[in-house]
Amino acid sequence: MSATKPPPLVQALAPQPALAEGNAGTHASVLAAIGWALARDFRVAMRSKGELGVQLLFYVIVVSLFPLATSPSRETLATLGPGVLWTSALLASLLSLPRLFASDYHDGTLEQIALSPRPLAGLVSGKMAAHWLTSGLPVALMAPLLGAQYALDAPVLATLAVSLLLGTPILSLVGAVGAALTLGARGGGTLLALLVLPLYAPVLIFGAGAVDAVRAGVSAAPHLSLLGAGLLVALVGVPFAVAAAVRIALD
Amino acid sequence: MADFFAMGGYAWYVWMAYGVAALAIAVEIAAVRVRRKRAFDELRMSVDAPPAHAAMTRKGAAR
Amino acid sequence: MLINWFRFASPISFYPIAGSWSYAFGALAALFAGAGLVIALWIAPTDATQGDAYRIIFIHVPTAWMAMFIYLVMAGWSALALGFNTRLSAMMAQALAPTGALMAALALWTGAFWGRPTWGTYWAWDARMTSTLILLFLYLGVIALRAALEDPRRADRACAVLALVGAVNVPIIYFSVQWWNTLHQGSSINLTAAPKMAMTMLAGILVMTAAAWSYTIAVVLARVQAIIVERERGAGWLESLLQFPVRGSA
Repeated sequence: MSATKPPPLVQALAPQPALAEGNAGTHASVLAAIGWALARDFRVAMRSKGELGVQLLFYVIVVSLFPLATSPSRETLATLGPGVLWTSALLASLLSLPRLFASDYHDGTLEQIALSPRPLAGLVSGKMAAHWLTSGLPVALMAPLLGAQYALDAPVLATLAVSLLLGTPILSLVGAVGAALTLGARGGGTLLALLVLPLYAPVLIFGAGAVDAVRAGVSAAPHLSLLGAGLLVALVGVPFAVAAAVRIALD
Repeated sequence: MADFFAMGGYAWYVWMAYGVAALAIAVEIAAVRVRRKRAFDELRMSVDAPPAHAAMTRKGAAR
Repeated sequence: MLINWFRFASPISFYPIAGSWSYAFGALAALFAGAGLVIALWIAPTDATQGDAYRIIFIHVPTAWMAMFIYLVMAGWSALALGFNTRLSAMMAQALAPTGALMAALALWTGAFWGRPTWGTYWAWDARMTSTLILLFLYLGVIALRAALEDPRRADRACAVLALVGAVNVPIIYFSVQWWNTLHQGSSINLTAAPKMAMTMLAGILVMTAAAWSYTIAVVLARVQAIIVERERGAGWLESLLQFPVRGSA
């Protein structure tokens, strides 16, 4: 019986000759890990565009509900707008977090990923990047359109988009820690929400605050720079926490 | 004495604060004692040591 | 004076210490609390502006401080648990969480009842109260994660990571809430302004804080004893406890 070709996943994760010589920690291998994981997760996500569409639709529906609960007067809407658009983005992020690790965990792929000689922090970074591209980025692009429903004008909408573009990656990063910690735990999604929402609070404060500032006619620069700084810190630090959390979940 | 309980007219606020704090602490202490006792009872059951034996050696069976 | 601290990392050696210290600190707590309450409710003079309602700070301030300190201590034990992979460090973190949550909840409750007569509202979104609320959520998250994971060792490590991530976030949360608050709140309500401290008031707060610390140590050590017995079941040394119980068991 001839040996079958190993599945692409196993092949990709198998030790490459360069790595086998002990170069596992080099720049090249970290970037390779990020790139590989990003490409793979993005491809997998694109296979179920419906699921992505549903998550975006959730955002649209929730945002549209709030005016029904209050009044559709322009002042109320303009006051509520930034908060609603931002909080709904948080909730949409929560909804999408489980797919970051859950299916890989259940079919054993995550274990293979963790066992590979490539740096796990790099691999999870790629996963989180793909997650953001398929959940946070669409929300950030959709929000200004929905913001028009809230009687917000152009500069405010632009700030909304920028704040979400800076903030949603932080949501993906911090949320990933929660997703990894709660893998296979009882209570799943709601437990994840309890863990992650308090950690989201500063992002919400600065993100919605930036939009509010512009609405009040003040500069949003301090808010946005703090968001940017937070993003940089999260980009550098969080992947290691996520890698540790994944290893804990797999042991 | 009545003056003390009246707390200058702020009785509701002061005693709700102090009262709930005292209650919460009492509940926590009781809960920890119950937890410790239950842990020991389950240990005892799993080892099948006769309770009388432990009572003989304990300092104060009343605790 | 080099003590081999790792000797105490074994539940066997730590258990009797936990017992005797728990009783000792419990007695201390009762003493401090007695003295503190006498100061708080009798000796301290009635405040000119806030009347007798200000007496609530003798509970509010210590519990608010404890909520913060306990989280830091819990994070410290969590770091030890991850760094040295010791079970007992994780058990200490596990024992601290419920008391920390209780302190945070009491701080919020007493703060509300102090706020109502003094500033007219039970809840004002001021920086300290909002941060304490989020701190309470962080505590509840650690407790919930512990309950949701079946494997105790996995729960140890997961809760340790969560506690440390939370600890890094606490200053960020505090800063961001402070920022948010100064932007939105006029200076009309400043809930951090306690009445000007007479010496007796300061003494009362310090004594009550000492009481809170002693109480926390006593309760946490008692709880960790329960946790040790729960988790070390099957270890032979526990059975000897039944025959020759040390002070503070059952």
